[in-house]
Amino acid sequence: MTTQRPNDLMGLTPAEYDRAVEILGRPPNRTELGIFSVMWSEHCSYKSSKKWLKTLPTTAPWVICGPGENAGVIDIGDGDAAIFKIESHNHPSYIEPYQGAATGVGGILRDVFTMGARPIANLNALRFGDPKHPRTRSLVSGVVAGIGGYGNCVGVPTVGGETNFHASYNGNCLVNAMTVGIAKADRIFYAKASGPGNSVVYVGAKTGRDGIHGATMASAEFDENSEEKRPTVQVGDPFKEKLLIEACLELMATDAIVAIQDMGAAGLTSSSTEMAGKGGLGIELDLDKVPMRESGMTAYEVMLSESQERMLMILKPGAEDIALRIFRKYELDCVTIGTLTDTGRLVLKMHGRVEADMPIAPVSAAAPEYDRPWTPTPARPVVEAKDVPAHALGTALAQLMASPDLASRRWIWEQYDYLVRGHTMIRPGGDAAVVRLPGTTKALAMSVDCTPRYCVADPERGGMQAVVETYRNISATGARPLAITDNMNFGNPERPEIMGQFVGCIAGMRQACEALDYPVVSGNVSLYNETSGNAILPAPVIGGVGLLAEAASAVGIAPKAAGEGLVVIGEGEGWLGASLYLRELCGREDGAPPPINLGLEKRHGGLVRALIEGGMVTACHDVSDGGLLVALAEMALAGGLGLALAGADPDVSPHAFWFGEDQGRYVVSAADADAVIGVARSSGVFARRIGATTADACLTLDGSVLISLDVLRAGHEGWLPDYMAGRG
Amino acid sequence: MRSAVIVFPGSNREGDVADAIERSTGRRPALVWHAEASLPSLDLIVLPGGFAYGDYLRTGAIAAQSPIMREVRARAEKGVPVLGICNGFQILAEAKLVPGVLLSNASLKFVCKDVYLRVETSQSLFTQRYATGEVMRVPCAHHDGNYFADPQTLDRLEGEGQVAFRYCTADGRTTATANPNGSARNIAGVFNATKNVLGMMPHPENATDALLGSTDGKKMFDGLVDAVAR
Repeated sequence: MTTQRPNDLMGLTPAEYDRAVEILGRPPNRTELGIFSVMWSEHCSYKSSKKWLKTLPTTAPWVICGPGENAGVIDIGDGDAAIFKIESHNHPSYIEPYQGAATGVGGILRDVFTMGARPIANLNALRFGDPKHPRTRSLVSGVVAGIGGYGNCVGVPTVGGETNFHASYNGNCLVNAMTVGIAKADRIFYAKASGPGNSVVYVGAKTGRDGIHGATMASAEFDENSEEKRPTVQVGDPFKEKLLIEACLELMATDAIVAIQDMGAAGLTSSSTEMAGKGGLGIELDLDKVPMRESGMTAYEVMLSESQERMLMILKPGAEDIALRIFRKYELDCVTIGTLTDTGRLVLKMHGRVEADMPIAPVSAAAPEYDRPWTPTPARPVVEAKDVPAHALGTALAQLMASPDLASRRWIWEQYDYLVRGHTMIRPGGDAAVVRLPGTTKALAMSVDCTPRYCVADPERGGMQAVVETYRNISATGARPLAITDNMNFGNPERPEIMGQFVGCIAGMRQACEALDYPVVSGNVSLYNETSGNAILPAPVIGGVGLLAEAASAVGIAPKAAGEGLVVIGEGEGWLGASLYLRELCGREDGAPPPINLGLEKRHGGLVRALIEGGMVTACHDVSDGGLLVALAEMALAGGLGLALAGADPDVSPHAFWFGEDQGRYVVSAADADAVIGVARSSGVFARRIGATTADACLTLDGSVLISLDVLRAGHEGWLPDYMAGRG
Repeated sequence: MRSAVIVFPGSNREGDVADAIERSTGRRPALVWHAEASLPSLDLIVLPGGFAYGDYLRTGAIAAQSPIMREVRARAEKGVPVLGICNGFQILAEAKLVPGVLLSNASLKFVCKDVYLRVETSQSLFTQRYATGEVMRVPCAHHDGNYFADPQTLDRLEGEGQVAFRYCTADGRTTATANPNGSARNIAGVFNATKNVLGMMPHPENATDALLGSTDGKKMFDGLVDAVAR
């Protein structure tokens, strides 16, 4: 069948357009074409990534619900469940940083409370361009203010995150937001509609013309005209979201809801078709009844609006009054806008006319799926320590600790309310954040991590490392890592080398998840993160969640007293390839990243958890960016204690020993270091005494002063505020 | 002790302060929705932290007009202790139940961190378990906590002992760097003239559990229990 195609295919390829015509048996009208366009956008359909995402492990005895719902659900014992997901808002945040980031937080919160969970924590992973790039400062400022502005107002603590700077993000910043919530395991709400004749009820904010076609915008590359896309960015109202959370949770405590779905990307279109599609049903909507913020909106605009703070629900017969009473209390709209049908079709009526009539299953379930060509990333040579200049250790440490990727993020997290709700045990600035679960002795530990410089150097190792770093950060608090959510940020998948990065990262993640019994339960993919053909460093950001059975046993990274012994768990060979030392001290970004031994990761994680549970250590910190000396310096600053270091491996050159980024390692501080080493040895784990905490305000190595705590702290704490104030 | 926490649309620390009160009294306070027009018999009323009405217009301005505020005012005039924390302080100031106003922080940024407070007087229902001059460590978390009043008012408040707390260093000095928001004369909390109403920006309720880092705020709630018992 040949059809005359319209000039504007709204982002569909000609082949996809022809497929839409085939499904309908006629050319789509404008509203229908808009619906095809968003439903088949990369953002909503995962058409380039689906084939590979399917290879990730998603099950474990404690997984209640894996990917495919609004968020993942895991069993945390005693009838409790943790519900969590991470999601990107990269494209909007670059165009309009405050609102882009704010609505990213709002969207991920809705994904979680839609399932019946009370959100208890937010985290975020941010990546910005070169600090010297003219836009970077304003993006940092706007994104941080937006995350704080939204999260603080809704009253969900922002407890953790990470921030990187790299020139590859100059034209595409990354803003990934994660929410963790808790619910009763037998009170989880899903999006699957049932019961033809049941009411379709719209609740929350009114619909406006903001964010129309946002999902399509997020599925295309940027060019020099991207600033003109500002009208496609949504505007957030955290006050309304707070009311929506309370109203939804109040309604969920009754027996009124059959199914519920938030209106996120592609708004009313995706929420209505997904709910009906999952139930194998049809849905008929009277768009005149949709609460609207402006007059004269068309069916096309109503269906594609991404106005925020809205939800769609299927209610049980006769339950409308219960919903209306609750939503009226919170002064939110609550309107029946349609009914479920058994036709399997989406029918939209407005002004007495049928504006769209299309089958749901082929549009949602049979979205295109591509096996994009890909080429593996060429392996990089291993960098030998002898070929890397050895800088004086104290000076190198000072420079690293004050470098953009290692400097303190205090300027960022002090703008976030990380304490509201009153259960934050371990605050931002450590390894994982720990939030106590009220009414129990339990706590959840959570961490978001990724090392993009490893991912670009060797995607498989990089993907693996992102998973194991969350595993280590969570283990370092004493918590047992249970499951992850992933946020895959990559460039244009139509380029084989970018697709190769994606395939490689997934392969590494899969191996790590399998080896560590650490499945993926939810996630999000953000592709086309490139501007004028320049792609970002790939960033498969991992958000991990772990459980502490006894919250009181958790430890942070701060040693408690002078005279404690410091022990490194795990052995290092001085791996400098792709390290921060190589980049910050030598101006080089080459080399293979450190290898990962998943068997050792599991053993070492288990050992530190046992040490913490047994009360044998006062502090624990994983060794990651910057290597061992950076980890030790961070512990010294956190505890306000000096360190007397000794016991380096004589077979490794000092700069490689102290700054090598070998994986699988932790530093613990203990009143009885010999006992720690004894336990490690009896478990067959390598452990080395590396010094002791002191009451002197400096770090010494074999008796010579490396640096004073004051100098170290001034550089570490000073970089970001100085940079943001224009003094950097 | 019978207590109530008023919940406005956008309040978000009602649970925190309810937990703190329960830790000191063994009894959960009632949570009262702002649209209510009356209150039961009470020994303590708390206006909690949060963003009532999203802080749109001015912080606390819309909430100060809520139906329940007439009843809160009436109880305050009868001498019932009323504690406003953070957004609650902003609402009390807008309702003119305590003197002064809260401006945006001098940094124009939200600030969440531990601060030190010097107790300016132990002569109140709220501070009786503290010694005058005692330093406590509690968190603050606000965007509009910059206390302002004209110099004559400030002089009068100081003269009448209506300044409850000042931001200070760990050793009790009221320096500019110890002041997180630019508040006039480092003032962190003020009483009404009869000292049964206290408005304060920092969060004593978030410093009532050793597991969460500090118990310095617990003495405020313990002190209120003593006051009722007498």
